[in-house]
Amino acid sequence: MITIHDLPKENLFTGGHTACPGCGAAILVRNAMKVFGKNTVVYTPANCLLVFGGTYPYVSWKVPYHHVAFENTAVCSAGIKRALKKTGREDTLVVGFAGDGGTADIGMQALSGAAERNEDILYIMYDNEAYMNTGIQRSGSTPYGAWTTTTPAGKVIKGKERFKKDVPQIMIAHNVPYVATASIAYPNDLLTKLEKAKNMKGFRYIQVYATCPTGWRVPPEKTVEVAKKAVETGMWTIYEYENGKMKINIKPKLDENGNLAVPVREYLKMQGRFRHMTEEQIETLQNWVNEKWKRDLALERALSE
Amino acid sequence: MVERRLVSGNYAAAYGALRARVQFVAAYPITPQTFIVEHISEFVNDGIMDAEFMRVESEHSAISATVSAEATGARSFTATASQGLALMHEILAIPAPLRLPIVMPVVNRTVAAPIGIWAEYNDVMPQRDLGWMMMFVEDNQEVFDMIIQGYRIAEDKRVLLPFMPNLDAFILSHTYEPVEFPDQEDIDDFLPPYKAEHAHLWPDDPMAIGVFTPPEYIQEFRYQTEQAMQAAKKVIKEVNDEFAKKFGRDYHGLIEEFMTDDAEAVLITLGTVTSTARKVVMDMRKEGKKVGLVKLRFLRPFPKDELRKIAEKVDAIGVYDKSISYSAGGPAFVEVRNALYGMEKPVIGYLAGLGGRDVRYSDVRLMFEKTLEAAKSGKAEKELVWIGTRGVQP
Repeated sequence: MITIHDLPKENLFTGGHTACPGCGAAILVRNAMKVFGKNTVVYTPANCLLVFGGTYPYVSWKVPYHHVAFENTAVCSAGIKRALKKTGREDTLVVGFAGDGGTADIGMQALSGAAERNEDILYIMYDNEAYMNTGIQRSGSTPYGAWTTTTPAGKVIKGKERFKKDVPQIMIAHNVPYVATASIAYPNDLLTKLEKAKNMKGFRYIQVYATCPTGWRVPPEKTVEVAKKAVETGMWTIYEYENGKMKINIKPKLDENGNLAVPVREYLKMQGRFRHMTEEQIETLQNWVNEKWKRDLALERALSE
Repeated sequence: MVERRLVSGNYAAAYGALRARVQFVAAYPITPQTFIVEHISEFVNDGIMDAEFMRVESEHSAISATVSAEATGARSFTATASQGLALMHEILAIPAPLRLPIVMPVVNRTVAAPIGIWAEYNDVMPQRDLGWMMMFVEDNQEVFDMIIQGYRIAEDKRVLLPFMPNLDAFILSHTYEPVEFPDQEDIDDFLPPYKAEHAHLWPDDPMAIGVFTPPEYIQEFRYQTEQAMQAAKKVIKEVNDEFAKKFGRDYHGLIEEFMTDDAEAVLITLGTVTSTARKVVMDMRKEGKKVGLVKLRFLRPFPKDELRKIAEKVDAIGVYDKSISYSAGGPAFVEVRNALYGMEKPVIGYLAGLGGRDVRYSDVRLMFEKTLEAAKSGKAEKELVWIGTRGVQP
């Protein structure tokens, strides 16, 4: 295991970038780059990170950095990796940092193709549960009930009507060497997974829960607290899938009956994006979380041998 | 020793990639391009082509991977046609401003609707404004030669732009013709390995390629890309002349003129219809009719000065198009007429062979006859002439 204290002082994603205060993605990227080191090439699609990570002629990246378009993170990263191999740099790590829209929605085809081909790249999805760069629009990864600018809290329809898409399970279905979920609120778990994935070969996918204070209507100083509450309520399960085996790394508190002990209401009430939700909607979401938790446990059991 | 074999246009393109010592290939099938990537698959699996070969899941991914591989510093190649080219459109805008010298042959095929698989230029014409050098070949030898020349031109430090040779669906892609393949040693001598000094993704020399850019800087990117495209005109001619000297085949650069010196009327053609037009010119000359032919090889960079020189010596100009920009005319016609602005010479646009319909000897002959009439009368009866269309008088 590695902890935040084991990381080098030097930032390869430097200060001076223009992320919002409390940006979960910025916390992730800064620390991840310390794990990865200088022998790394980074690809980002069109997302917040593209914009806050550098505006010509300035960039925060101290490693080679590339952008082509929105929906092709996995395939461009794979193109870089194969070309590095051809130019005598086979040991260089190639990392794609994409958001949930660029992964769960528009980037899904390229992601699935690269996973099926077992391209030798590390794909990191920072999941802030909406298209934040374009101004908070619904994505496949937005949770049920959430307000976004395309799922407004209207008089008839209040928030998103569908549930969050489970991308990590889609990636497991591709039977790639490594799939993990993590959170910026659990840095030791996160950094350990990044370190492990860095040293593996083949297609690796890590989905990191990354609070967006601006889009979630949360005060910046609550970024970590909200992320922690997501895990405690079962809204976000932290696990890894390696060599065909799945393990839940951080388990939420359960009551004496084995049910989730902390209700989702505790998570929802911290965030403006859920403020409008009716009792009925909260119950619908609680039922979904209960079922999801049972399914995660069942998957862990099924994939433990 | 020079090898002479009977091959298809698609084989000539694939073999061109092999002989150019391409380091990275992204492949996705589409009729009528598929044989290019099939041949490359065979070369790679038989161990005669040493390239990273990525069998991707769409044309959008094919061009994406090719752009990123080229940005990393590897000589990169892909190929497509029709709907595939249309799907690539977004990414086609990337390599020119990033100055990435990719070579990508396009097998020209109609774009739906209606869906079809035969030769039309409505796939390539919508891609004109994205900074690719675009040229049209006449035969399979030219396919091979322009892959080799393409890398040499594209990688020239004065240019550094992507290069797109266009070949007609089936008429070239699936038709076998004798093609000469020079010695690898001679090709290596003509086309040295790519040195990615200006753009690479190497941790030993970090660089950011594709950075978010505000209006304070984008206009300069556009200007520099335009300067590079203008510079390409000279480089194309230089490379042509060096190739001609070394390998004995002279394509004359941006355009090729045929019997234009004392011509009263000339027809400007793109692609394989040029061969038919040569025959028509020879026959009409025998009849004492002073016609000539201009093979418009490059649409980008556009040979404006060369065309104006020709227009000075003739009385009327016809332009053949295999696609239409609705309400504006055939794209080549529109561009030629624009280049000749202020010259007061009749310019007539001819549309034929759309959707892959055969363009027959008699169709081409009609284009020459009509242009010659305009040369004699000093004015064009019609600006746009549809040839071989049901219910439409040409």
